[in-house]
Amino acid sequence: MSAVQAAAKPQSAQKVLSLLLRQGNQFAAYNFREYAKRRTRDAFRENKAVEDPRRIQELVQKGVKNLQVLKRQTVISQFYQTNQLVVEGGISGKDGAGHGETMRQKDTGWD
Amino acid sequence: MAHLAPSVLRQASRLASKPSISAVPRRGVQALSRATTAPARGACKRCYVTQTQPDNAQVQVDTAIRLDRQELEKAGFTIDGQDGSTTHVSPMADVLKQAVKLDEGQRPIYLDMQATTPVDPRVLDAMLPYYTGVFGNPHSRTHAYGWESEHAVEEAREHIATLIGADPKEIIFTSGATESNNMSIKGVARFFGRSGKKKHIITSQTEHKCVLDSCRTLQDEGYEVTYLPVNNLGLVDLEQLKAAIRPETALVSIMTVNNEIGVIQPMAEIGKLCRANKVFFHTDAAQAVGKIPLDVNAMNIDLMSISSHKIYGPKGIGACYVRRRPRVRLEPLISGGGQERGLRSGTLAPALVVGFGEACRIAAQEQEYDSKRVKALSDRLLNGLLSMEHTNQNGDPDHFYPGCVNVSFAYVEGESLLMALKDIALSSGSACTSASLEPSYVLRALGNSDENAHSSIRFGIGRFTTEAEIDYVLKAVKERVGFLRELSPLWELVQEGVDLNTIEWTQH
Repeated sequence: MSAVQAAAKPQSAQKVLSLLLRQGNQFAAYNFREYAKRRTRDAFRENKAVEDPRRIQELVQKGVKNLQVLKRQTVISQFYQTNQLVVEGGISGKDGAGHGETMRQKDTGWD
Repeated sequence: MAHLAPSVLRQASRLASKPSISAVPRRGVQALSRATTAPARGACKRCYVTQTQPDNAQVQVDTAIRLDRQELEKAGFTIDGQDGSTTHVSPMADVLKQAVKLDEGQRPIYLDMQATTPVDPRVLDAMLPYYTGVFGNPHSRTHAYGWESEHAVEEAREHIATLIGADPKEIIFTSGATESNNMSIKGVARFFGRSGKKKHIITSQTEHKCVLDSCRTLQDEGYEVTYLPVNNLGLVDLEQLKAAIRPETALVSIMTVNNEIGVIQPMAEIGKLCRANKVFFHTDAAQAVGKIPLDVNAMNIDLMSISSHKIYGPKGIGACYVRRRPRVRLEPLISGGGQERGLRSGTLAPALVVGFGEACRIAAQEQEYDSKRVKALSDRLLNGLLSMEHTNQNGDPDHFYPGCVNVSFAYVEGESLLMALKDIALSSGSACTSASLEPSYVLRALGNSDENAHSSIRFGIGRFTTEAEIDYVLKAVKERVGFLRELSPLWELVQEGVDLNTIEWTQH
């Protein structure tokens, strides 16, 4: 929780971004994980030009609030996992790095 | 895993004092569980969703349990539960079994957002307090438990009202859009039909089944119903609507966004026409709310059905907007304690209502971002699909919600394509009719032939769809359509340049 409190300082937008991205990456469900990362990046990009310190403070607060949601929801997502999506191994059907490059044993959709 | 042991010991010693635990030898149970996994996989051969395979990662969990077991047996306890379940021994072990990351991806991509959408984690986060701590009945006025639930419900009502530009008092919670549709159509018709003067209803041929069926019921009760035809793009003709309105017309019901072809009807014009003729205007906006901008006052909508699970909220809740000024009077379907202005009695489910409210709040906040993204993904998908030969889009390409793409693949059986695309969760039409093999009545109403209707597939894109998924789908569809066409003798004829309409199939 100390990380969250530290992130509440106005100058730490960068910190919030990295915390949000790291936390969003913890989603077990592919679609939620990708959405969390994409939405975070896009929101920060959208508000890149904001200069008003009060507005920045507001946005950082919003980020911190979302970070707390992410912390809770990623844990839940990890408890109730489902099988991986076919697309998670990339378009080739191979697994990503770190999973031993396992080839899919059967071609889904053909049997 | 060793830290599990003390708690397990404690629990097992508690259980061991009970006589109900059966003493099955542990080796027997393991052999049994191993034997059952193999045929289970075989039986699931034709399922769309492959089962999770816990045996891939049982190593850790099982060894953990075995370690516990050794210690427990040393202490002189028997620990096996029934049918090999370890719940009695260590609740954590079963949880861990669920929380297994598998190497192989086998779960299909979800592209059926018109049927339902996944619950947004933010929505679930808002709902959880009402499933765990806050459980009061929102209609209890005498204690704090009721007040806190009521406060949450009213806040949710406000979010929903804001999304459609209404007043919170005009929102009636129901169990879903189907109930809202039934309530609006039957309610208005029965209330105004009682005097015997207003016994006419107008609807369109491409409505959702629940609207058409409500009208059918009313027909049996002696009402007259006009089913307006649509043009070949799926749009209702305003002139025809104007001609169909009679002095005894009580209600016009036209859906905002079609669930199968995504066509957006001209709401504002229809609303204006209805208001000018003093006819109530009901719209089924289950597919539209939160996705396209809607304003009940600007569009002169008197009744509107909203569904929660189409906008990333929980299933089992919906709402009906009922205008207060000028007042729309309905006969309630459900009588009871008089909740929700007496129109829909029954205790509300605060958790669902809060989830619905949060989903609406997020939808309002994210509408711009989401629609931009859905549009981009939809363009990518449509361009890819239409670049294949003999494909065409169903519905009006200028007035459709981009999240619903309905494409016909000529010379391919839609159902066989769906079977070939097992790794993508798709549908050929609405979920209600996907069990039957008859062609979609919506596409038939557009004037499409049976073959065309049979070879159509609906792709639903939503907030959580990614570019990678769209690319995967495009690649898969191209491959499989090509494969199926290669098998088809019709396709061979077409390739040879034979016009299929000139062939006499029967020889007499």
